[in-house]
Amino acid sequence: MTGLDLDIRLQKPGFDLDIRRSLPLTGLTAIFGPSGAGKSTLLRIIAGFERASGCISFAGEVWQDGRRFVPPHRRRVATVFQQPRLFDHLDVAGNLAYAARRAGQSGTMADMIERFALGPLLRRRTATLSGGEAQRVALARALLTAPRLILMDEPVAAVDLGRRDEILPLVEALRDEARIPVLYVSHSLTEVARLSTQVLTLAAGKATALGPSDEILATITATPALSGEEAGSLLPARVHGPAGDGLTELHFPGGTILTPDRPGPPGTEVRLFVRARDVMIALAPPEGLSALNILPATVSSMQPAGPAAVNVVLSCGGVAISARITARSARVLALAPGSTCYAILKSVALARD
Amino acid sequence: MTAADLAPLWLTLRLAALVTLLLLVLGTPLAWWLARTCSRIAPAVEAVTALPLVLPPTVLGFYLLVALNPDAPLGRFWFDLTGTTLTFSFAGLVIASLFYSLPFTVQPLQAAFTTLGRAPMEAAASLGARPLDAFLTVAVPLSLRGYLTAAVLTFAHTLGEFGVVLMVGGNIPSETRVISIAIYEKVETLDYASAHAMSALLLGLSFAILLVLYMVNGRRPEAPL
Repeated sequence: MTGLDLDIRLQKPGFDLDIRRSLPLTGLTAIFGPSGAGKSTLLRIIAGFERASGCISFAGEVWQDGRRFVPPHRRRVATVFQQPRLFDHLDVAGNLAYAARRAGQSGTMADMIERFALGPLLRRRTATLSGGEAQRVALARALLTAPRLILMDEPVAAVDLGRRDEILPLVEALRDEARIPVLYVSHSLTEVARLSTQVLTLAAGKATALGPSDEILATITATPALSGEEAGSLLPARVHGPAGDGLTELHFPGGTILTPDRPGPPGTEVRLFVRARDVMIALAPPEGLSALNILPATVSSMQPAGPAAVNVVLSCGGVAISARITARSARVLALAPGSTCYAILKSVALARD
Repeated sequence: MTAADLAPLWLTLRLAALVTLLLLVLGTPLAWWLARTCSRIAPAVEAVTALPLVLPPTVLGFYLLVALNPDAPLGRFWFDLTGTTLTFSFAGLVIASLFYSLPFTVQPLQAAFTTLGRAPMEAAASLGARPLDAFLTVAVPLSLRGYLTAAVLTFAHTLGEFGVVLMVGGNIPSETRVISIAIYEKVETLDYASAHAMSALLLGLSFAILLVLYMVNGRRPEAPL
């Protein structure tokens, strides 16, 4: 009764959507899965833009059940689309006012303009905005409707890689300060790791898992439908301090990690994301290697992953790190559960600050 | 040209303006429906809408004459309501022109609404706008060029109407004698000087209207029509 209860079915070319879950209305719920899994369709059904058969209720309020159907404009749900969908016939201020007036929120416009640093953009035509600027306006416009739920459909997918760091902190602030639940569709594991409180995984129109981020992300490598090239592991770590040469030293139970990222002052808790294919395994501590992060580890388990690859789960001080290596390498190194070895992390991405 | 010669011009302009205004209002829901629907009868509706483009005006005029006759339901209704007949009257011309010029309103609007797509309306709904509110504040302003095209083409096409007027309206001064009928009459009575003057006027007016349309609209690739 306190969540977003979904019991919906919809036939689409390519897949049948069939989802029966109750999503918690706290924090940010990432909806994660490969392209064509039905993520965006699910979001459109929740927004009311598409109609599936079955029931949807939001905190006990029925949005859809049999012949009852609450239209999108009465759900008080804001949607942030992949394309910002700003109104081209209005300037930036006009776009914000459009939302604020209809929600009786005109009084909060000044706050929102300041919060999203939109002051210099107010008189600009929307066609002249950069992708990052336009998405900032779209986020502010969505918040001005005083929504009860925010839906985001890959909001940074169309934004230049370098500009995503303008948007993602705003999403984080939304999650932490505004206390409005967010459903966030993404197929980027690093985005999900950085932003999500909990994760719903979809594959071929079916919900495959729902749970706290750490738990779901840790098991994602073991889920066949998700063990794509982005499979990896999350390491909880704490910033220790600068390590010279522009690097920052981080500590985690398995040892020390150096990163060129600037994750924040000493003591900051972060999540690091290590892609399975960026982890190499050596039997002896390697020398003369450019990789900075080499950690002693033991093999916990091994599963075949495709015709020629093996997924090796290593334990570094009790933290699981997945490595994707070829079956031949595993045989040559004679790896087996219990083997001691060294994990070489070729690259480490900062997932959350 | 005398004042009597100008009367058909004023009548024509009044007719064209009124028909354009009415068609923009009446054609909008039809064009919107055609742009959005997946209904199986949509192609049939589209075909009927486009019929005036291909039918000889005499055929269209003949059926309208039959329908507007006081013995037919529509004509009867009008006669009971106003005590006048629709045939050979200005009101009848307006109704006939609504059919005659319908495709020139609906097709540009339909093209504009199709180009618009669903995205802006969904965005408006997600911002709490009711459907009619969203239509008037988002879809219409974003389709303004479609409206301009529709208005100009409808107006210009109604200016040049002849066959349908002849069938339905005849040639009654200040009631149904539009400029094209007046020109025809001048030629019939061998008054070539007046026919020249009126024809040149209509030619110039039509050219000016289309020139304005293409100057505003024509050089941009996304413009409908």
